[in-house]
Amino acid sequence: MRLKEQLIAIKTILVKEIRRFLRIWVQTLIPPAITVVLYFVIFGQLIGSRIGEMGGFNYMQYIVPGLIMMAVITNSYSNVVSSFFGAKFQRSVEEMLVSPMPNYIIIWGFILGGVARGMAVGALVTILALFFTSLSVFNLPVTISIVFLTAIVFSLGGFINAVFANKFDDISIVPTFILTPLTYLGGVFYSIDLLPPFWAAISKANPIVYMVNGFRFGILGVSDVGLIETYGMIAFFIVVLYFWALYLMKKGIGIRS
Amino acid sequence: MEIALSVRNLRKTYDNGVEALKGISFDVNQGDFTALLGPNGAGKSTTIGIISSLTNKSAGDILVFNRNTDKEFSVIKKDIGIVPQEFNFNQFEKVGDILRAQAGYFGIDSRTAAVRTEKYLKLLDIWNKRNEPSRLLSGGMKRRLMIARALVHEPKLLILDEPTAGVDIELRRSMWDFLVDLNRSGTTIILTTHYLEEAEHLCRTIAIIDHGEIVENTTMKKLLAKLDRETFILDLANEQNAPVEIPDIAVKLIDTTTLEVEVTKKSSLNEIFKSLDGKGIKVTSMRNKTNRLEELFVNLVKNGSNGH
Repeated sequence: MRLKEQLIAIKTILVKEIRRFLRIWVQTLIPPAITVVLYFVIFGQLIGSRIGEMGGFNYMQYIVPGLIMMAVITNSYSNVVSSFFGAKFQRSVEEMLVSPMPNYIIIWGFILGGVARGMAVGALVTILALFFTSLSVFNLPVTISIVFLTAIVFSLGGFINAVFANKFDDISIVPTFILTPLTYLGGVFYSIDLLPPFWAAISKANPIVYMVNGFRFGILGVSDVGLIETYGMIAFFIVVLYFWALYLMKKGIGIRS
Repeated sequence: MEIALSVRNLRKTYDNGVEALKGISFDVNQGDFTALLGPNGAGKSTTIGIISSLTNKSAGDILVFNRNTDKEFSVIKKDIGIVPQEFNFNQFEKVGDILRAQAGYFGIDSRTAAVRTEKYLKLLDIWNKRNEPSRLLSGGMKRRLMIARALVHEPKLLILDEPTAGVDIELRRSMWDFLVDLNRSGTTIILTTHYLEEAEHLCRTIAIIDHGEIVENTTMKKLLAKLDRETFILDLANEQNAPVEIPDIAVKLIDTTTLEVEVTKKSSLNEIFKSLDGKGIKVTSMRNKTNRLEELFVNLVKNGSNGH
């Protein structure tokens, strides 16, 4: 396939993915918005006013970057896992497999779809956050790049989950038992400096800590971890997950008999 | 003549140990209309799955227009259109969107995709459904949607896996006409079907597969010439109560107005009619007891089964 044809193919998947999550906006865009508003009200306003400052900012301002990132992570993951598994379940994935598209175009098409939903939900949550607190961006390139790259990581995660999933239950196991605990323990609601040294060290093995703090640095200019470590961690996961996804596609695991 | 499809020693053993293909080989020439026949579980869909890349082969080679799928599958896929047995499109997508997306997967620009979507949906007579979700289509329309989708990148080789299954007679015949026209315009077609009348009506060449092996691969004419006897049903004008006898011909009175005669290659229908005429028996109509290809198919598959 020539480059121009590959670009048409990837655009086709991306547009299809965007149309899909916009068509079912009540399921894809509204729930994260409601969830985050509840976080803002309960943790930010009701409880947050009693917590005081954290990292030099009021509690509401401190948790906003983490909550935005949480929405981006959850939605980029769930977009790809449900869409690709749905395509497997309905066998419409065969439309792509019989086409001349290389495997990496299929992967990136879905990944960009996941990124698009992650960004759309992230933007929506950011707008809602502005109703509760004031926000200014400390470093725009860091903010944008961290959220974009994080969305890629979790879109890849969703893709791999979908490849292995055989039934609908299988697509909720990872989000429930791995993603949610790691996100809650990923420094969304607190600085890991507050933890005892042992638990702070353990927390540093959690990749979401880096993503949340990297994004928090972009917005507020404060972080529990270094920026280079953050980019390094994200790049590591992108490379590992991408080549894993590519290997699975090449072997046809879960999609070819 | 260029060979459109060449299957060489193709083997497939599934993970559960089932040997679906035991080294089959057959060729399909460019411009052919070929029937790939076989009983359920014979290996037809596995063969098609491997040609379309949806199933991984265990061994062997597949050449499409002289290109090996092991080396140039990406190029080859542009030449192949697949109409699978089961519906495999997104049930929530609109009919027009399904075709435009399929064109996009083949790298076809949106303007050309729109033109072809209109062309093929109109040819398959479902253009008026273009804005409807595919799940709302009738079974026949869904089959036609899959044919339109397989043609949107204008392949040189079209493979249809039971395209008329569950389709009513009228629609089936209109699909036959469409496929004949498509073949006349130069598209090589491979068809699997359980309707042997369909295969006999449409196809010029035939490959019969049974228990993962090719048991016959020839032209339809040559295959039908192998049939050494045919059974005809004759409807009689008057009631006949006594048994009818014709020298060297097996005759059976089914009921008082229906006669069954078995005609071998050595005998002729003229002799039968002459003999019946001599006995004062008038024949009002005549038909084959079973489809000719069906008789051969049953014999071939039965012989194959005996050997296993």
